[in-house]
Amino acid sequence: MKIGFYPGCSLTGSSREYNESLLAIAKGAGVELCEIEDWSCCGATAAHNLNKELSLSLPARNLALAELENMDELVVPCAACFNRLVMTQHELSEKEDLKKQVSDKLQMPLKNNIKIVNVLQFLEEHIVPRLDQLVKSPLTIDVACYYGCLLVRPQKVMKNERFEDPMLMDVIMQKLGANAIDWPFKTECCGAGFSVSKTEIVGELSGKIVRNATDRGAKAIVVACPMCHSNLDMRRPAINTYLNMKMDIPVIYITQAIALAMGLTPRQAGIQRHFVPVNLTVNR
Amino acid sequence: MSKIGVFICHCGENINATVDCARVAKTAGELEGVEYSIDYKYMCSDPGQTLIKQAIKEKGLTGVVVGSCSPRMHEPTFRKACQEAGLNPFMCEMANLREHCSWVHDKNEATTQKAIDLVRTLVEKVKLNKPLYSIKVPVTKTALVIGGGIAGIQASLDIANAGHQVILVEKDPSIGGHMSQLSETFPTLDCSQCILTPRMVEVAQHPNIKLLTYAELEKLEGSIGNFKATIRKKAKSIDENLCNGCGTCTTKCPTKKIPSEFNTGLGTRTAIYVPFPQAVPNKPVIDKENCSYYQKGKCKVCEKVCPTGAIRFDQEDELVEIEVGAVVIATGFNIMQPSEFPEYGYGKYKDVITGLQFERLASASGPTLGEIRRPSDGKIPEKIVFVACAGSRDPAKGIPYCSKICCMYTAKHAMLYQHKVHHGKSYIFYMDIRAAGKNYEEFVRRAIVDDEVNYIRGRVSKIYEENGKLIVRGVDTLLNAKPVEIEADMVVLASAAIANPGAEELAQKMHVSYDSYHFFSEAHPKLKPVETNTAGIFLAGACQAPKDIPETVSQASGAASKAIILFSKDELSRDPLIAVVNRSPAPVFSTCVGCFMCASACPYQAIGEELITNRQGKVIKKVAKVNPGLCQGCGTCVAFCRSKSIDIQGYSNEQMCAEVVALLNND
Repeated sequence: MKIGFYPGCSLTGSSREYNESLLAIAKGAGVELCEIEDWSCCGATAAHNLNKELSLSLPARNLALAELENMDELVVPCAACFNRLVMTQHELSEKEDLKKQVSDKLQMPLKNNIKIVNVLQFLEEHIVPRLDQLVKSPLTIDVACYYGCLLVRPQKVMKNERFEDPMLMDVIMQKLGANAIDWPFKTECCGAGFSVSKTEIVGELSGKIVRNATDRGAKAIVVACPMCHSNLDMRRPAINTYLNMKMDIPVIYITQAIALAMGLTPRQAGIQRHFVPVNLTVNR
Repeated sequence: MSKIGVFICHCGENINATVDCARVAKTAGELEGVEYSIDYKYMCSDPGQTLIKQAIKEKGLTGVVVGSCSPRMHEPTFRKACQEAGLNPFMCEMANLREHCSWVHDKNEATTQKAIDLVRTLVEKVKLNKPLYSIKVPVTKTALVIGGGIAGIQASLDIANAGHQVILVEKDPSIGGHMSQLSETFPTLDCSQCILTPRMVEVAQHPNIKLLTYAELEKLEGSIGNFKATIRKKAKSIDENLCNGCGTCTTKCPTKKIPSEFNTGLGTRTAIYVPFPQAVPNKPVIDKENCSYYQKGKCKVCEKVCPTGAIRFDQEDELVEIEVGAVVIATGFNIMQPSEFPEYGYGKYKDVITGLQFERLASASGPTLGEIRRPSDGKIPEKIVFVACAGSRDPAKGIPYCSKICCMYTAKHAMLYQHKVHHGKSYIFYMDIRAAGKNYEEFVRRAIVDDEVNYIRGRVSKIYEENGKLIVRGVDTLLNAKPVEIEADMVVLASAAIANPGAEELAQKMHVSYDSYHFFSEAHPKLKPVETNTAGIFLAGACQAPKDIPETVSQASGAASKAIILFSKDELSRDPLIAVVNRSPAPVFSTCVGCFMCASACPYQAIGEELITNRQGKVIKKVAKVNPGLCQGCGTCVAFCRSKSIDIQGYSNEQMCAEVVALLNND
């Protein structure tokens, strides 16, 4: 089975550590990820607000490329990219004429049948079954698993029955030896794209998330989305301003958590790249 | 030689506006075997029927074809007219020139031609019709009522008071249903138990009602007037004749921590138990799943303390067969378990409860003796939030329909709370207030105006616990449309009313249809609201759709009256349109070869066997035989028969073939 990999822009820029940690654990688990040759932008938040055809064609190009490379499955770690790719596949599978139109535009054949998975689905299928052997130094801390919006929505496409209270990350963290706390803000809005235009809104929305996780005793917030990460981590000054206090809780990717539990070095996991210092060993 | 009369109806303008009725009549008159044909404005009217009757008498007609509306509309009318003129009613056929032609086509030549074709096929069929005679079946004047809630109780009492026998089957140890769990009832706030328990006692004491509690329907066979039901009487593990209901066993039983179903898990009961003090019958049953003796082989305390020696550990389920003429299904409803909404925290937070649980808290017979105390610590909640439409009208939760009762009971809950906790504050999140019913709107107004319940129009997105409070997050969609956050002490979810878990299985056992939500389907949404599409089986109460007590009682009385109408006759007359196996003179006797594929195909178990004997009594041949009392005329056996030995009377292969040939010979 050939597993494709679509990094998207975030994983090559602001969330390089997500990329590094994912590839590190895949390597450690003996799973090969093949990056799509010549992949391009997914359209992100801009395209689907401006041009319908473009918003479908951009993700479809990457799907078509993956098909050409005979990939059976495509891992898309960025939650926003994942959402765009899945939504495109869903919409084109429902409208045959639209699929033909997009395919003609791209001048590429499009079967539109590749299995697209987000990082949690990938971990569940390929990494979790091997965790018993892989975990070398269990993380014995309390963590708050934060899912945000795009990993589980829209419900009619994702068919996730617990979209208001997802559990997949919690289950994985438990397997790493951590205690995933019960908290109510798993799917609260982090402020998303306002990160750039209206930072004070992110300060308020992400601030409530950070405070709640801290109040309930979490020693780290675990995420699986570059946007969530940058809002909770990079926008910490705005959060601190809103809360009028300094919050120290670190925010890590689930792939980093796995990497650390597998005994990889903090540098291999990209821990040093965060704005809020991560010092999990102290908390152990 | 056939002498057929053809009568073409204009149906006012309904047919004549698009079909040239005069030409249809004229053309039909030229068909071979047609003796007489005429068109008329309203054939179903008295002068129209007289036309038919006179023609039969004067022309000596042997068959009649009426070209008019659907046979569903007027076949009985015209067949009766023929009968009055001395013609066998089954020699009359109808060509549907309205629904099948004039209503669905434009006015043109082809439409008239189609009408002519329809008439011609029926003329060819009627030539082959044979006189048939109605089948008479006796009526067993006993009704089976399934379910002992208020619907079943009302239906049973009505039928019994009309002088007929009733067998009331209830799956739980006591009758009473959901109504016995309710505190006060809207819109009058009269106590539910006070109005229900006298009726429960009346049922138990009625000479015409036989009450079978802790029993379920196992099988139902037969048809209207003559059903045979098999009832499973689950073992109660007591001898009901010896038990005097003293209650010693239930007080001494050492297994005391079982969540009480009657108190919706807010209280406990013992393993040998009576569901509630006012239960009917007031005799205990042993819950084998939780009894130490059944589970571990030790205990038998109840047996030791029973003063009458009524405990029977070795009792087994008993199957009883009963014969009934009508069945009333009154199996009620259930509520959706709100644990399906993780966002509301039901099951996670003790003080998030359902509306039914609130009924128990507010009930004088409940675990708190009617004081509103929250389950977690028994404190009186100062601030309480009610969430209407928890599941209902929410396609994402699979329930697009309105549960109908929640708007009213939520208003009632808030009112009861305000009456009991004067300083408390209550909030209701709602989508719309649906208070259509006598005195219902006034009742809701009372809650808003007199009792100062805060109605917030909007839905709740999330409930979570923080510092001992339940944070209810919602939105107020009116005016400024802003998010609302309430720190509540207790939350009550008006969770959706859904079909009972076993409804689908029960419907299949009884051959009645059900909708996609597993509520039983009425035969017609307006004109046959208590009938099912299986004759002789009627519906009462919330098993058909969510409904409140007044509506349930009305429907139960409706279902009861349908059963009583059925019992008003000593025998039923059925159309003889049933399957028959052909018979012919010796030495063939029948073309049936006795393979009995028909018997395996028959959905009504109507096919048995017949032994053909010679004069010495020796069996010559074994053939299939259709029981006319059971056959429903579905025709499945006809399709299965390899030797073409079965026909449906009135719709024989020969007749169908004649119709097809008539259509093909269209020139």
